[in-house]
Amino acid sequence: MKHVKCECGHVNPHGTILCEACGRVLQESEKEKQLVDMRYEGSARRSQTYNKTIVDKVWNFFSSVKVGVWLIVITLIASALGTIFPQEMYIPPIMPAAEYYEDQYGWIGKLYYDLGFHNLYSSWWYLVLIASIGISLVICSLDRVIPLWRALKAQRVSRHEGFLKRQRVFGVSEASNLDESYEKVKERLKAKRYNIREEDGNILAEKGRFSRWGPYVNHIGLIIFLIGGMLRFVPGMYIDEVLWVREGETKVIPETDGQYYLKNNKFILEVYDKDKDNQAFSEAIEEKGMVAKNYQSNVTLYKKKGETVAGQPPELEKVKDYPIKVNEPLKFEGYALYQVSYKLDELSKMTFTLGNKKSNESFGEVKIDLNDPKDRYDLGNGYAVEVVSYFPDFEFDDSGEPVTKSKVPNNPAFVFKMITPDKKEGEISFVAIQQTIEPFGDNEYKMNFSGIDTKNVSSITVRKDLTLWLIAFGGLIFMIGVAQGSYWNHRRIWIRRVNDEVWIAGHTNKNWHGLKREIQAVLEDTGIKEPEDQMQKEENKE
Amino acid sequence: MVSLSGNLLFASFILYLIATVFFAGSIKDKKGKLKEKGPNKWAKIAIFITIIGFISQLGYFITRWIVAGHAPVSNMFEFGTFFALSLVGAFIVLYYMYKTPLLGVFTLPVALLLIAFSSMFSRDISPLIPALQSHWLYIHVTTAALGQAILGMSFAAGLIYLVKAIDQSKPSKRTFWLETIMFGLICTLGFVLVTTTFSLLDYKAEFNWIDKNGQQLKQEYTMPAITGPNEGELLTAGKFEPLVEMPGIINAKKLNTVVWSLLSGTIIYLLFRLIIRKRVGAVLQPVVKNIKLDLVDEIGYRSVLIGFPVFTLGALIFAMIWAQIAWTRFWGWDPKEVWALITFLFYAAFLHLRLSKGWHGEKSAWLAVVGFVIIMFNFVAVNLVIAGLHSYAG
Ligand code: HEM
Repeated sequence: MKHVKCECGHVNPHGTILCEACGRVLQESEKEKQLVDMRYEGSARRSQTYNKTIVDKVWNFFSSVKVGVWLIVITLIASALGTIFPQEMYIPPIMPAAEYYEDQYGWIGKLYYDLGFHNLYSSWWYLVLIASIGISLVICSLDRVIPLWRALKAQRVSRHEGFLKRQRVFGVSEASNLDESYEKVKERLKAKRYNIREEDGNILAEKGRFSRWGPYVNHIGLIIFLIGGMLRFVPGMYIDEVLWVREGETKVIPETDGQYYLKNNKFILEVYDKDKDNQAFSEAIEEKGMVAKNYQSNVTLYKKKGETVAGQPPELEKVKDYPIKVNEPLKFEGYALYQVSYKLDELSKMTFTLGNKKSNESFGEVKIDLNDPKDRYDLGNGYAVEVVSYFPDFEFDDSGEPVTKSKVPNNPAFVFKMITPDKKEGEISFVAIQQTIEPFGDNEYKMNFSGIDTKNVSSITVRKDLTLWLIAFGGLIFMIGVAQGSYWNHRRIWIRRVNDEVWIAGHTNKNWHGLKREIQAVLEDTGIKEPEDQMQKEENKE
Repeated sequence: MVSLSGNLLFASFILYLIATVFFAGSIKDKKGKLKEKGPNKWAKIAIFITIIGFISQLGYFITRWIVAGHAPVSNMFEFGTFFALSLVGAFIVLYYMYKTPLLGVFTLPVALLLIAFSSMFSRDISPLIPALQSHWLYIHVTTAALGQAILGMSFAAGLIYLVKAIDQSKPSKRTFWLETIMFGLICTLGFVLVTTTFSLLDYKAEFNWIDKNGQQLKQEYTMPAITGPNEGELLTAGKFEPLVEMPGIINAKKLNTVVWSLLSGTIIYLLFRLIIRKRVGAVLQPVVKNIKLDLVDEIGYRSVLIGFPVFTLGALIFAMIWAQIAWTRFWGWDPKEVWALITFLFYAAFLHLRLSKGWHGEKSAWLAVVGFVIIMFNFVAVNLVIAGLHSYAG
């Protein structure tokens, strides 16, 4: 690669605009300009230097801020489109999404669905947008940070006159008893926390250089964040399961290899009470009706002990009792259990009595656990009831046969065989809520419904997310980077003696007003004239 | 205590109003003596009153917190007033950084509008539903509001820039859009006036109507119905019959409020134009005569620079931490979250355009205005129109 040697002796990489060391303008085209472009110190950026191969072209595309901003703006607009109607995950599961959007929002809704906007944020093109921003972040940062670092490291105190003259803040002043003023200026610069370097009676005062790395630090943070987000697709990094547990029930926690079990001791739902709770709430409660105060599942976490023998219940060891509330998940070994939903008063037991239809005489009571019915209930004295079939969530299918929609006892129905001393073969009866069918003609006996027990059910989300630490780390780095770049600025003041004159130039990456005020304060009563803002001078001329 | 809290808020409203007048006065006073260093007497009084108002509003916030047992940032009214509080706080800080009374003339009215607007919603102290019972509620909402308020300062600065920079001698696209902003502010005022009027008149009209699922429902209007509900049937005798009936998929009651706000805003605006015979921007122009454009530009940029990290921290990072705890995942593409992301992306674009594309001055000022429109959209429309998990409306 060609290098450019500056008159001052410093060797610059090919493509350098301003000599890294002395600031002399190296490129012909720049010499015409009244102010130099200081954005990257006139360093040699790959994207500005090469444009031949495909790699160059891709590199240049992604390192352009114009492209970066377009990517951000397109992502922004796309994101907004996704909020016009609810995303598919938020629509009620009453009908298929294909129908729902048209049904609720008419033809616009249909169009929305057809364009795939109902799942916008997981669409391939949205992910491509995010990925492009990620690639752009990497390339644009690499394109700039290395040359910038080189240039800031190599800079010399004495800058070429052409460099100083082309700074935005610049002034020449004749001054008597310079030495005295010089000391004063240095004192003041130090008081303002400038780092001062001197060379041949010239001064470079600099502060806040580290803020120049802010954008790169925050971009790295963003990249880490995005990588963290991608990790989610790696198997085992992310677990999202729902566990419904009834009160009193113990269930294995999914995705724990059968190691952990959860028992739901009690589900509690509390609502605000107008009279007992804070009086200040009474009007709001009156207006809104019911306001939930607490959703809580009192659970016990168990760990399996030893190996399970097939067919035998596992031996469990209690780990801890814990009340899981919203905002207070139960955490163990990287897992977190959240209270997310509930169902009140699910049927759990049904009680029947076996009776004679005519005499109304009763021969005993049968209590059936709807989640685990027995095959046969003996009532003594030759009386017994067999459960021939059980339909926890019963309905008749198209051909008129009883079937069950789910395993949840929403609408239990039974086929009983009632065995009595006089009907040893048993009588068959189909019993559902509010109806009894006797398929083989009139029976003498009947199962009389006598009561139900209910239980609450808690819905617990089981979550494990091994990507969180990386995402949090990315967020932290991002915050450090933005703070670094936003709350500090990089300011430099060059003071150079040229014969009997003092040349002063100033540069800051942002916040010129602040820099000018600082220079003004530093030069006050030193006899050195305040430099002017050449940009503003131009504007005022217009 | 509840009434004390309300009175403190009212007092701060009045104080901000007075302070605005003094800030405006401080500008006029300067005409003759341009050379005078630092803020003049009027400005000093104005900032003093502003600070008293700020303290009074802080008093409202604290007393309400004590009464409720939780930080009052959990509904439209509470969030809006807190936003205004942050805006005034941000203004006070910037005032001392840049010593520009003019900023007060533009910031305080925005804060006033915010307080008035928010007060149109239910002011009841509500109990917190389980998802909101977390310290992260305060941490997240207050930081987010503070970030938005600091970003909002760039709107005030941008507005000053535009009023000063835009040539008012002939109509152009620029004067049109500047007037549009002014019109938007006036419509907010219209909303407040109309709502207050009908609430004082105790206007209530009940309708039977059929929703989009074919169900018959009842709905109470608190303003005369211009847009009536689907197949609406007026039940309250002697009340205004709707002019147009809306189909079931449109929330006619909310639309009615919007129509009233636009209507009243238009009337106020037209009256203004008829009487003064000048654009609002043109009327304001003399007020900003003495300010330096590059200073306003820098104040606007500075606000974005300071506000962007605060906003990111509050509205995204703290929000994610809380969402992870309350809703099992740190991000769920809920509309409110998405609009926070949009705000974030927008200001990121702003910073890039400014730093790398040299979008200073007027372009930057327009962007600051658009940014504030996005923030307001997130506050108003996303809460009231696009319902989601965060919606205060439900
Ligand atoms: C959402 C994505 C992004 C965010 C949040 C972000 C954030 C930032 C921030 C806060 C700054 C500092 C600005 C300032 O201090 O005024 C910055 C600077 C910068 N960003 Fe980004 N950025 C993003 C994407 C990109 C992309 C895609 C590119 C690629 C073209 C890019 C290129 C740059 C450049 C070149 C700088 C200026 C560096 C300098 O002059 O030292 N950014 N970015």
